[in-house]
Amino acid sequence: MKTREKIIEKLIFISAVVSVAAVALITIFIFSSGMPALKETGLINFISGATWSPTNGDYGILPLIAGSLSVTIGSLILGIPLGIGCAVFIAEILDRRPARFFQSAIELLAGIPSVVYGFFGLVILVPIVRQIFGGNGFSIIAGSVILAIMILPTIVSISANSISAVPLEYREASLALGADKRQTIMKVILPAAKSGIFSSVILAMGRSIGETMAVLLITGNVAKVPGALTDSVATMTGTIAMEMSYATPAHQQALFAIGIVLFVIIMILNGTAQLIMKRFGGLS
Amino acid sequence: MNGENSRHGTNRIKTGVFNGTIWIIAGVTFAILLIILGYILVKGVPGITLGFLTQEPSDLGREGGILPIIAGTIYVTGLAVVIATPLSVAAAIYFNEYAKEGRTVKTIRFFTEVLAGIPSIIFGLFGFAFFVVFMKMGWSILAGGLTLTIMIMPTIIRSTEESLKTVPMAYREGSLSLGATKWQTIKKVILPCCKSGILTGLILGVGRAIGETAAVMLTVGGSLLMPTSVMDSSRTMALHLYNLASEGLSEKNTYATAALLIIIILLINTAANRIGGRLAKE
Repeated sequence: MKTREKIIEKLIFISAVVSVAAVALITIFIFSSGMPALKETGLINFISGATWSPTNGDYGILPLIAGSLSVTIGSLILGIPLGIGCAVFIAEILDRRPARFFQSAIELLAGIPSVVYGFFGLVILVPIVRQIFGGNGFSIIAGSVILAIMILPTIVSISANSISAVPLEYREASLALGADKRQTIMKVILPAAKSGIFSSVILAMGRSIGETMAVLLITGNVAKVPGALTDSVATMTGTIAMEMSYATPAHQQALFAIGIVLFVIIMILNGTAQLIMKRFGGLS
Repeated sequence: MNGENSRHGTNRIKTGVFNGTIWIIAGVTFAILLIILGYILVKGVPGITLGFLTQEPSDLGREGGILPIIAGTIYVTGLAVVIATPLSVAAAIYFNEYAKEGRTVKTIRFFTEVLAGIPSIIFGLFGFAFFVVFMKMGWSILAGGLTLTIMIMPTIIRSTEESLKTVPMAYREGSLSLGATKWQTIKKVILPCCKSGILTGLILGVGRAIGETAAVMLTVGGSLLMPTSVMDSSRTMALHLYNLASEGLSEKNTYATAALLIIIILLINTAANRIGGRLAKE
């Protein structure tokens, strides 16, 4: 009996360590597969190189970084006000029952596969952008709009949680001083919940940068530093996904090196978000 | 007095604008959800015929159905869930029942959270480098299933842990004081209380696996043939949708595949909510 118990305990411990092993393996394999390309080109040249042309052996990912950043920033500009608005709507405006209904609608947005968003963007958004702004429609605008919708659930759920976590006394005190609901929300509740909202935005940024299938279908995948919002761009993620299947070994290493850059960016963003949430526990 | 009144007046206007803005934002968001779901379902559902579900594709998916793709989806997802569930439940048990809050647990927990935040394309790259190339599995259902296993583990761990936390301490104490060992307590008392939490996690894991595309694209390959073993290359519905959409092969089959995916996701969400609701009542 004793030994059986011990064995089970060990098995349970091993299962818990699987995720550590997985993260370790992922790090090791991404880095070891991409390092040769980074060494060959040099980190600085790789990141600041203005030409991505694998057929000519040019591996500079500045255009891809610019592509990823442009759609990410675009999605945040659109997504942050929408997301915080919805969070306030859930936590402060609606009663409990309708709030729960609205929240599950937002969660449903999170459940829709990214490739479906991409397809929707391809058949609806790209033609609309083409009509309104000209060009071919595969653009930063289209990518930003779709990504903004995709990051909404992240912003809404974490922000709504931290708004709900603001103690009732804050509201009562503010209302007792004669402030109305708007003033209470804008001047008391949102400032009190700012660390949670801030970390939700950082996590959303990570999601935007890491998103692949949706941007792959609607940003046009042209590896050039964009000059206008209607320009096509290629993102880091999209380039990896599209070129991996036919890449030569050297090209493959370069794609893994993009993976390293992406991995590091995401780790920094998620680490920051976690740190903020831990330090302030949702409240600043 | 007058100044006071007009200040109240502007305040009322500001509050009206504020409320209006919030309602518009919420309305727009809800409308976006309805438009996405509605558009794809209306355009796609007529294409989901018996033939579409039971025939093999022909002409690269332009014609015919998606039977091998449904099979591929079930194999890849099933493999991931079958492996990930016991591992994740055990990990959650470790966090909640065995571990004493200390450095080790904090480290493991940190890594689990890191794992949850890694984008799917990175999982794809890893699956390709590790399972496909290093372990010599090639593009296969096995390589894809194992990659997805790692991806969905955090989802199941989190859900199981939440429900383990709801089991009252008195249950554990009662069982232990009756002379049951720790493992007996977990197996006979605690886990039965957590059935719905585990099930919710499992369902959410299935949802994540079915919708995943980027990781599958780099590990499963994309063969349209009916898979006969886990070493065969195959294609999941999400990947099939990408291929059809990006190559503009067949409008009817593309919409039908997208609608089928949405229907599955809707069913999964409803099931998870139902069970989650029951859990809240327990």
